[in-house]
Amino acid sequence: MLDVAVEREAEGDLILADMGQGLGIRPGTIDGAISISAVQWLCNADKSCHNPKLRLKAFFGSLYRCLARGARAAFQIYPENLDQRQLIVSYAMRAGFAGGIVVDYPHSSKSRKEYLVLTCGPPSLSTSVPKGKDGEEEGGSDEDSGDGEDQTVSVAERKRSRKRQKTTTNKGKGRSWILKKKEQMRKKGNGVPHDSKYTGRKRKTRF
Amino acid sequence: MRLLTHNMLSCNIKGVTNGFPLKIEATKVIEKQVDLNVDFLKNMFLKVEWKALVEASRSMGYAELPEEADSSLLGSEEFLKKFHHALLELHLEEGALICPETGRRFSVTKGIPNMLLHEDEGF
Repeated sequence: MLDVAVEREAEGDLILADMGQGLGIRPGTIDGAISISAVQWLCNADKSCHNPKLRLKAFFGSLYRCLARGARAAFQIYPENLDQRQLIVSYAMRAGFAGGIVVDYPHSSKSRKEYLVLTCGPPSLSTSVPKGKDGEEEGGSDEDSGDGEDQTVSVAERKRSRKRQKTTTNKGKGRSWILKKKEQMRKKGNGVPHDSKYTGRKRKTRF
Repeated sequence: MRLLTHNMLSCNIKGVTNGFPLKIEATKVIEKQVDLNVDFLKNMFLKVEWKALVEASRSMGYAELPEEADSSLLGSEEFLKKFHHALLELHLEEGALICPETGRRFSVTKGIPNMLLHEDEGF
């Protein structure tokens, strides 16, 4: 992505860094921050050393430090589910931010957009969270973007190739695999049933 | 990377308390012409850490900036031009940034500093 930015001669400077490791910026220098579809990735653990909660904490903590007082930050996010959204917001609040989620077009499935709007410093009139667009004031522009004629339908064969079938039906995944996956989902903030002695057991044949 | 950006970057390794300013090791410096914007410069002057900027511009081979500066100098056009040149027109294209406390090198390629930390340096 940075290479593309260099090719297109984007204005401004570029830095390669991991936001889950915190922002390396001098305190109190930044007047505003925006990001598009990035913050929810902090909830993923792509490497074994990643801990989403620590990464969220490092990100919001360092962001709060480097923002000037009264500065604002707006992040467009795509949280996977309710829990993930709550996790992100709770860590933002814990870092000291005021603000919340703003939703544009909440009733449309296509143009619905969620923003996390944060302000640094004590709440006041100027730091109130803006209202999201609900699409009612712009008459009918949404309707024609729905079911167009030029949508294509792809047809896939139900049968899979021999090779593929063999590898998947070879052997079930064991209890340890299930426990590992459940732990991963828990770390992401998903609701997962608790582990018990029945976890990963086979059903009896008479069932 | 401009010196404006350098003036805001600090080292982010866990446990480092004084990671600013990063030392510059320049192997390639380029200059790009930018229009002079007096209001922007006046606003940025309050935010910029002057000493760090002077040191950084020297390591990039530009030694015209005065050692000390205060807001009374902002009226002079000559000073503004030098400030503008150092802050916005000098670009560090290839080289490295070095943490003043740990000596860790962050390489700069194509004008982009690589601030990624190793696993044991992060939070």
